[in-house]
Amino acid sequence: MDQKGYRRGSFQSATSDEDMLEIAGASVDFSVADDDPPLDREMGGFSSYNGGGMNGTSTMMDFLEEPLPGVGTYEDFNTIDWVREKSRDRDRHREITNRSKESTWALLHSVSDAFSGWLLMLLIGLLAGSLAGLIDISAHWMTDLKEGVCLAGFWFNHEHCCWKSNTTFTDRDKCPEWKSWSQLILGHGEGAFAYILNYFMYVIWALMFSLLAVLLVKGFAPYACGSGIPEIKTILSGFIIRGYLGKWTLVIKTITLVLAVSSGLSLGKEGPLVHVACCCGNILCHLFTKYRKNEAKRREVLSAAAAAGVSVAFGAPIGGVLFSLEEVSYYFPLKTLWRSFFAALVAAFTLRSINPFGNSRLVLFYVEFHMPWHLLELVPFILLGIFGGLWGAFFIRSNIAWCRRRKTTRLGKYPVLEVFVVTAITAILAFPNEYTRMSTSELISELFNDCGILDSSKLCEYVNDFNSTKGDDLPDRAAGSGVYTAMWQLALALIMKVFITIFTFGMKVPSGLFIPSMAVGAIAGRLLGVAVEQLAFYHHDWAIFSGWCSQGADCITPGLYAMVGAAACLGGVTRMTVSLVVIMFELTGGLEYIVPLMAAAMTSKWVADAIGREGIYDAHIRLNGYPFLEAKEEFSHKTRAMDVMRPRKNDPPLTVITQDTMTVEDVETIVTSTTYSGYPVVVSRASQRLVGFVLRRDLIISIENARKKQDGIVSTSVVCFTDYCPPLPPSSPSVLKLRSILDLSPFTVTDETPMEIVVDIFRKLGLRQCLVTHNGKLLGIITKKDVLKHIAQMANQDPDSILFN
Amino acid sequence: VLFPQAHRMFAQSSRNSASPVLLLVLLGCVLCPSAQASKSSEDIRCKCICPPYRNISGHIYNKNVSQKDCNCLHVVEPMPVPGNDVEAYCLLCECKYEERSTTTIKVIIIIYLSVVGALLLYMAFLVLVDPLIRKPDPYTQPLHNEEDSEDTRSLAAVPTLAGARANTVLERVEGAQQRWKRQVQEQRKTVFDRHKMLS
Repeated sequence: MDQKGYRRGSFQSATSDEDMLEIAGASVDFSVADDDPPLDREMGGFSSYNGGGMNGTSTMMDFLEEPLPGVGTYEDFNTIDWVREKSRDRDRHREITNRSKESTWALLHSVSDAFSGWLLMLLIGLLAGSLAGLIDISAHWMTDLKEGVCLAGFWFNHEHCCWKSNTTFTDRDKCPEWKSWSQLILGHGEGAFAYILNYFMYVIWALMFSLLAVLLVKGFAPYACGSGIPEIKTILSGFIIRGYLGKWTLVIKTITLVLAVSSGLSLGKEGPLVHVACCCGNILCHLFTKYRKNEAKRREVLSAAAAAGVSVAFGAPIGGVLFSLEEVSYYFPLKTLWRSFFAALVAAFTLRSINPFGNSRLVLFYVEFHMPWHLLELVPFILLGIFGGLWGAFFIRSNIAWCRRRKTTRLGKYPVLEVFVVTAITAILAFPNEYTRMSTSELISELFNDCGILDSSKLCEYVNDFNSTKGDDLPDRAAGSGVYTAMWQLALALIMKVFITIFTFGMKVPSGLFIPSMAVGAIAGRLLGVAVEQLAFYHHDWAIFSGWCSQGADCITPGLYAMVGAAACLGGVTRMTVSLVVIMFELTGGLEYIVPLMAAAMTSKWVADAIGREGIYDAHIRLNGYPFLEAKEEFSHKTRAMDVMRPRKNDPPLTVITQDTMTVEDVETIVTSTTYSGYPVVVSRASQRLVGFVLRRDLIISIENARKKQDGIVSTSVVCFTDYCPPLPPSSPSVLKLRSILDLSPFTVTDETPMEIVVDIFRKLGLRQCLVTHNGKLLGIITKKDVLKHIAQMANQDPDSILFN
Repeated sequence: VLFPQAHRMFAQSSRNSASPVLLLVLLGCVLCPSAQASKSSEDIRCKCICPPYRNISGHIYNKNVSQKDCNCLHVVEPMPVPGNDVEAYCLLCECKYEERSTTTIKVIIIIYLSVVGALLLYMAFLVLVDPLIRKPDPYTQPLHNEEDSEDTRSLAAVPTLAGARANTVLERVEGAQQRWKRQVQEQRKTVFDRHKMLS
């Protein structure tokens, strides 16, 4: 291999996998946007560390005390060292606390340091709430743009356009200011030609929006596609993906999310909102040194930002925090709980003050009824749970199969064409059916709605018997013709949504999964609810109904069935438990429906788990090969550390560095001839007694820096990792001391340690590698990738699918 | 300790000049109209929905009244039922007070459309105009070249040249733009070509 290792920036810190060469080699000069400034600027900044004046004769002591910029940072697509980051933060905190006793300024500094976390949460909440308001209002407007335009001001959507004018009771949508496209172009809205023109304009707008979205994603920020939650889970477990939470990704994701949602595709905006909120969190972290420099602290902030994201998506702050705790975060210290709640509240409050829906509600489908339910209704609720579980397992299997096909075959080479075709199919199939033509949020809102005397939609067209009407309470009634029409239209909508979502989720536009799964569940629930209601009406003398559902009583609420169905399907796909129930109960505003929701959620999770173990996000993590060590699963095999460690029996021996006998040239040869991300340092090759562990990146930076800045460092200089270097004859070149970059406390296990303990150690401490000793001597090394491959092998999966380091 | 941090923040933000300014403008403009939510008369209403009653069809009444006057007696005019039936009729009606902010909506939609327009223009610029005005220098060729080896060779050349005249604002902006283009190309390769992520 050539001198690539010593070029400005082409650090190859891969393990011995061939693919990593390409990625690492191209992640050049650290100026990959947001996280680290480029190394050449930092060299200029180094002079400010030494107090101005860039003199070449920096003394040995200076070199030892001040950490070099760049040392302690991480490569792209690598895992962070949690232990090191946490101990660095503790050191920093200790230093600030000790210095705070010296002067008032230092005291103020320590107070502001403690306060900075809360200020950061406030800013994240404000920014996330504002962006969510922008997304909501724009998406609402652009969705209606497919159908017509408002003459009173083009920025009004349909509902706001008709706000001032008097609408009739039966036709609440029609008002003179709102013109559909056929009315605008032809002058009238009736007739076959007008219908065809509306159809055509709808499809054209949908295609325009989605094409614009995919072109913006492809052109400006390719990381902005997809849901974002699997990648954020991986980032929060310690992985680094530079640019994934950057400024351009934020801007493009916000813009294209609105476009994708408005184009009528079967996707939602909740998952991408979590990504948007995490981008806000990451960008605002750069304002505070405490969070900018420490990757572990930054991940605490990202957990809180994810909570804020879900909070604005559903108007559920508590649900957001629980979602972040359950689904997204890896380590969730208790301090983060309180701060996440604060961020989520601030975000919800900001969104509420922007008031996107005009009634101080944060979500379109807020439920306001409080009808009681009967214990016997648990049977249909459990049926809905089973349906949710079955659908969830089916969806995960087919979506992963389709995504795998997109990844491996020629289908993946035409992303723009794929988006075009899927949008065309969706728009063409969606327009004729009124329930697919409306946006999915509106559909859910209508399905959740309990029919009262004030409703005049098709779904509420029951046969009314006015003599028995007592005030606002309507009894169970026979279904009118409108309800029957709505039923078969909803059944068709269900089939269409079930199949089209499989192809939509995972496309190269921002796509979320919550709303489509809730829609599928809500439709199924409403169908079942109306069926049970009609059964109770026509057969009120059966034994199961006669006790509690007499004629003229209002006992069955189909809206509740829709809600329970939505919860069941969402739980079946994502395998959320607590957070799902809390989000749903915050949506309904009361505790009455906790039992049905929990029954359905638990049933759907059990049924889905029986078919396939992983939720959709874990399945996508596995599909992409991210190095995510699952924290919830038990490792139950009886292998030992020596079975997993490298080097294996027939491999060359472990590459080590000795503590004071190697020259700079030897070290450089080792670094360039191997691709390991770190090397153990031993006392001598004969004894193999462990001194510490040194990282490849730190070695490269230090040696390069020493060659440039320090006097007398040449290829034959000895590299010394100890405090007291052995004395050398006076004619030999000066010694390069690298003790400051050596980690003196690497974790070790013996070779007989059971793998379940090793996996537990990796999980709990967040290790990247662990050294294996035998009788006190260094024997081998286990990296996180080895652990993941071993787990995959034990589960009979393909161990080569683990791609990253 | 605070000032170098602020200095670095500003230096960094002047480098990628487009996006943070955009964010701050977005944030400011979104929060300002909602902060000064002056209740103009066309932004509040009381909406009463009255269902069909006996032989009277259902009707929706809108009126511009304050929240304490938002009830059936004030809003439903002219009352379709005679005096003794008013109470029974009004029990069936449901009145809700709603307010909105047209300024917020207008500002947000205009911000959104201008951002989309700006992005489209920038994309058109990058695709059409940029290759024409950029001088075909040897160190810009590798931008169009997909080979990694060319990339690293070119990057060894770039810092030396860049170091010599990196001080004018234009040069810094250009340097930042080149870096950003390389980064987007890398991301595109990872996501679209090699399908390593986000498939």
